[in-house]
Amino acid sequence: MLDDKDRIFRNLYGQGDWGLDGARRRGSWDGTKAIIEKGRDWIINEMKTSGLRGRGGAGFPTGMKWSFMPKESTDGRPSYLVVNADESEPGTCKDREIMRHDPHLLVEGCLLAGFAMGAKVCYIYVRGEFIREREHLQAAVDQAYEAKLIGQDNVHGWPFELYVTHGAGAYICGEETALLESLEGKKGQPRLKPPFPANVGLYGCPTTVNNVESIAVAPDILRRGAAWFSSIGRPNNVGTKLFGISGHVNTPCVVEEAMGIPFRELIEKHGGGIRGGWDNLLAIIPGGASCPLIPAADCGELIMDFDGTRAVKSSLGTAGVIVMDKSTDVVAAIARISYFFKHESCGQCTPCREGTGWMWRVLSRMVEGRAHKREIDMLLEVTKQVEGHTICALGDAAAWPIQGLIRAFRPEIERRIDDFSRRATLDDQGILDPAHMAAAE
Amino acid sequence: MTLSPQTTQAIRNAADSHGGAKAAMLEALKLVQAAEGYVSDAHLAEAAAKLGVSTAEIDSLATFYSHIFRSPVGETVILLCDGLSCYLCGGDAVRDAVMQKLGIGFGETTPDGKFTLINVCCIGGCDVAPAALVGPDRKLVGPLSADDLTQLIGGGR
Amino acid sequence: MIKLIVDGKEIEVPPEYTLMQACEAAGAEIPRFCYHERLSIAGNCRMCLVEVKGTPKPVASCAWGVRDCRPGPKGEPPEISTRSPMVKKAREGVMEFLLINHPLDCPICDQGGECDLQDQAMGYGADTSRFAENKRAVEDKYLGVLVKTSMNRCIQCTRCVRFASEICGVPEMGLTGRGEDVEITTYLESALTSELQGNLVDICPVGALTSKPYAFAARPWELGKTQSIDVMDAVGSAIRVDTRGREVMRILPRVNEAVNEEWISDKTRHIVDGLRTQRLDRPYVRENGKLRAATWSEAFAAIAAKLKDVKGERIGAIAGDLAAVEDMFALQDLMTRLGSANLATETTHAFDPSLGRASYIFNPTIAGIEQADALLIIGCNPRKEAAVLNARIRKRWRTGQMKIAVIGDHAELTYKYDYLGAGVDTLSELAAGKQSFADVLKGAKNPIVLVGAGVTARSDGAALLAMAAKLATDIGAIKDGWNGFAVLHSAASSVGALDIGFVPGEGGLTAAQMVGEGALDVMFSLGADEIKLPADAFVVYIGTHGDRGAHRADVILPGAAYTEKSGIYVNTEGRVQIAGRAAFPPGEAREDWAIIRALSDALGATLPYDSLVALRKALTEKVPHLLRIDQIEPADPAALAALARRGGGAIGKAPLLSPIGDFYLTNPIARASAVMAECSRVASGQILTAAE
Repeated sequence: MLDDKDRIFRNLYGQGDWGLDGARRRGSWDGTKAIIEKGRDWIINEMKTSGLRGRGGAGFPTGMKWSFMPKESTDGRPSYLVVNADESEPGTCKDREIMRHDPHLLVEGCLLAGFAMGAKVCYIYVRGEFIREREHLQAAVDQAYEAKLIGQDNVHGWPFELYVTHGAGAYICGEETALLESLEGKKGQPRLKPPFPANVGLYGCPTTVNNVESIAVAPDILRRGAAWFSSIGRPNNVGTKLFGISGHVNTPCVVEEAMGIPFRELIEKHGGGIRGGWDNLLAIIPGGASCPLIPAADCGELIMDFDGTRAVKSSLGTAGVIVMDKSTDVVAAIARISYFFKHESCGQCTPCREGTGWMWRVLSRMVEGRAHKREIDMLLEVTKQVEGHTICALGDAAAWPIQGLIRAFRPEIERRIDDFSRRATLDDQGILDPAHMAAAE
Repeated sequence: MTLSPQTTQAIRNAADSHGGAKAAMLEALKLVQAAEGYVSDAHLAEAAAKLGVSTAEIDSLATFYSHIFRSPVGETVILLCDGLSCYLCGGDAVRDAVMQKLGIGFGETTPDGKFTLINVCCIGGCDVAPAALVGPDRKLVGPLSADDLTQLIGGGR
Repeated sequence: MIKLIVDGKEIEVPPEYTLMQACEAAGAEIPRFCYHERLSIAGNCRMCLVEVKGTPKPVASCAWGVRDCRPGPKGEPPEISTRSPMVKKAREGVMEFLLINHPLDCPICDQGGECDLQDQAMGYGADTSRFAENKRAVEDKYLGVLVKTSMNRCIQCTRCVRFASEICGVPEMGLTGRGEDVEITTYLESALTSELQGNLVDICPVGALTSKPYAFAARPWELGKTQSIDVMDAVGSAIRVDTRGREVMRILPRVNEAVNEEWISDKTRHIVDGLRTQRLDRPYVRENGKLRAATWSEAFAAIAAKLKDVKGERIGAIAGDLAAVEDMFALQDLMTRLGSANLATETTHAFDPSLGRASYIFNPTIAGIEQADALLIIGCNPRKEAAVLNARIRKRWRTGQMKIAVIGDHAELTYKYDYLGAGVDTLSELAAGKQSFADVLKGAKNPIVLVGAGVTARSDGAALLAMAAKLATDIGAIKDGWNGFAVLHSAASSVGALDIGFVPGEGGLTAAQMVGEGALDVMFSLGADEIKLPADAFVVYIGTHGDRGAHRADVILPGAAYTEKSGIYVNTEGRVQIAGRAAFPPGEAREDWAIIRALSDALGATLPYDSLVALRKALTEKVPHLLRIDQIEPADPAALAALARRGGGAIGKAPLLSPIGDFYLTNPIARASAVMAECSRVASGQILTAAE
């Protein structure tokens, strides 16, 4: 349970003024200049020591990421900071709250992060659907310019331009290189890596792309000390985190909690408990649609952090928890997710473009039970053929939920297949059965 | 009907502020859509010409992003979320109800031109599921209920 | 150099290599669809995945540089495997994905037998299909006259998009949509405007883009393949002529890095149907104003009768654009024996070969364009006159290292250039240093002054050439190791003619003079259809098609087209090349040199060779460098000083516009082609939409 004194997002629900005055009252922009004067090496070291891991889903150590940026420009190319506010992962709605209710955390974070990596220009790429959030963010940026907190001749001594740009409805633009492509005005098709953005990023210049939350917590870490941040949670999984709780809970919400909070506590204290009681829990998806589901049996002792979810073959992702109770058609739920990935695939590379559609179609048949049992293993194989062979992680993200479903609920799928066969009549449209498939059985 | 002078000027400004015509393509599309409701073939070609890019390039861009409409849309666009959280909280019932009420399916516009219904996923409203974005402001509404569609289509319908 | 171990074999490769190049250097074969050596890297088909020891996922070898490979913990060279189980699984997986939505069209698909997908599925795919859903269907798109689309088959490799945008310079193709709904299309399905669009068919690895004129015509294994040279322009692109029996079915490019790389223009590729239509297949003699079919002896007798007692200076010969060197040599020989010095081609009147070879060839060479850093185009539309060479200019321009300026046509050339002006005044200003581009030229290390038909076809062409040569000399384009004076001929016969001296002799008439009223009693036209033949001379036409020349002729002697004879052609660079015989001329038609040889008998001026070999022996004794096939005889740059000095008379004020009107209809074979006619209609009639 997080102590109030350890809270970073002190206006998460918008009860206070989200503007500059309110932000200042809550502690933003206090001593920013002093932090900058400590120098970029100190800042990067502090971020590394804090143990902060990226909050966008991948969990890459943030301090280390900043340290990849060139110390100085040897060839005239400027460095850029880009903030990924393209929050589109199903189940995730935390960055929205930051931008809407405490945007100055982000603005100050951008300045400090930009300074640390030598970037004088920062772009915040907000997803096209977030209109109100972008307006608040832009207003906060304008306030910061007005008060000379950022801009060319600001009071902090680091010239810093901050632009808020807008997407147009593509989940794939949340992938860092696709985001850079979209910023450059092109289709959001991910780039091949290597080269990595720290080498060749926005307009070919060294760039770091960070999640909103990762940047927004930076000022507090630098102000209050890495030791404080790393004292919360357990090693390798430290700090506070915004958890989104949605689905079959009594009080869906976004809440800031300590990393490593037991799942049960999270749900009961903040989510109002599982609808119909704890025993009504079927499964959860711990961090947004790309994480494999965790069946109820593994939820009792589940610790909500990177290692805790890894231990039960899932991942923390964005910590957008989706709760499913026993009323859920879990196969249909995962089929929903696989449809999402098919729809959002950019279409560039073969496994994702063709594979997401195939996986969704097979899974949709399995919702009805209109399949063969051997197709469950076939589907699993197909997920393995997509995983790891694509340009970006969307292919992996499409594969994992299906793997999670089959791992935990294979008997359920088989039951449906049996039910369908039992009910089927000669007039039912069964699936095509190419002659050679019979031999594989 | 060509684009208005304001829109044309805004497109030019976008090219300047974005550091080049290619970077401003998406912004140009949004400007056209904001002015005209959607991006027609003619306006797409016009925007391309103003920016000095090929129509193939800008059309590739327009068709890539879900929120650039290349067909006419109604006065109010309802973007109904069919993501997982919304589905779990009864999104399908809301969908069926609104489809029945308006008499249209996803991607269609009511005959009187008032509403267009589009499914999107996910709009970041998981804690108020089932949710939708309504109108040019993309106002987030939720939790929706199949019994009461006023948040989506206003009172009196 | 970087050391790597590929499949257990240690190799060293340059650091800028990609993993794919390294693997191929080690002898491994890497399957791929989206990668093409001449296009930018896309990395999206995922077929080229290989295993790099130490990375958990396989990597796309076309995009992964050898520099990106990490050495082992003790500095061991990176280890790559192209045959491991991981790689096999990856390839089978990707191939399976490519095939799930691919229609079972092989029996009806033109690509069958030469299809990358077929070949790689056999080589690297699994042997069964597990897909039980419906395959997606995509509407076919209208791309124009030459490229047929079957978009169900498209695997979205985007080679066509990249080719159109990078090589052709027309960014008209795009990938619209997202996810599995992506479709390759042109905007609003308008026809492509590039004159290189036929190459899309070669580029496309599957049967999505196929040749429309060749649709359903033949299977590749039925065809005989002959290496040859194109004669539609003076580039001399390397081609392969595919025949079934004695019919030419299609023409494809061959790779020649020095000339056409891997491309050919649409005219080169698609005049095939023109080879079959309007053919002269027997001799004709005009009686009472009408042409009637005749035998060879009748035709020869008619000519002999006409020539009786005609003095040499009243006989003339004009060689057409498609004439081979052997044919012109034989005709030249005959004319000499008949006492005539009146020899000319349709295109070379501005040139004087006695000045030296450098005065009439594309000295920097086509490949040399890639070393140039400044290019001045005078009186030329390279896009129309030499489309493939234009692509090379564009290739160099794209590197950002060459500035281009044009005097003459203000046309869309697919690259940006400074338009300096239309006529001679601009050229004079430039020569006097009054234009800023003059500084660019002077400051350039390897400048090119390119002169085209807009200069050389004019009556004052010689004077203009001299002016251009002087300019080239003044700006330092002629020096050790670089000769930037570039003549771009538009006809395949021009340089060959100049090399053998097929020009007016002492006191001889030029082509313009020969066609003047009352100039000649007898004229021999070796396929000269672009020039208006005189109304009062007795015209003997040796050619292949019933074009203008034949209509005007008094005697028609049917000859062989370039695909029907072995002939030497010298391209605009001065490169000697041999076109191969792929088929036979129709009916009574014979090779041109043989006709002339036979005629010489009938005229009592028998030529001293009875075979092509003997003719070539005589030819190369006179002009030895014609023996050296595929080579360019070094040309002494002193010729240019001589050209500049010679000057040449008054220069007219007319703008320096290219005389090529319609790219698609520039010679009799093209004009006989229905495909070219349609292309011309689409290109000029602005019929752009699918509704057509």
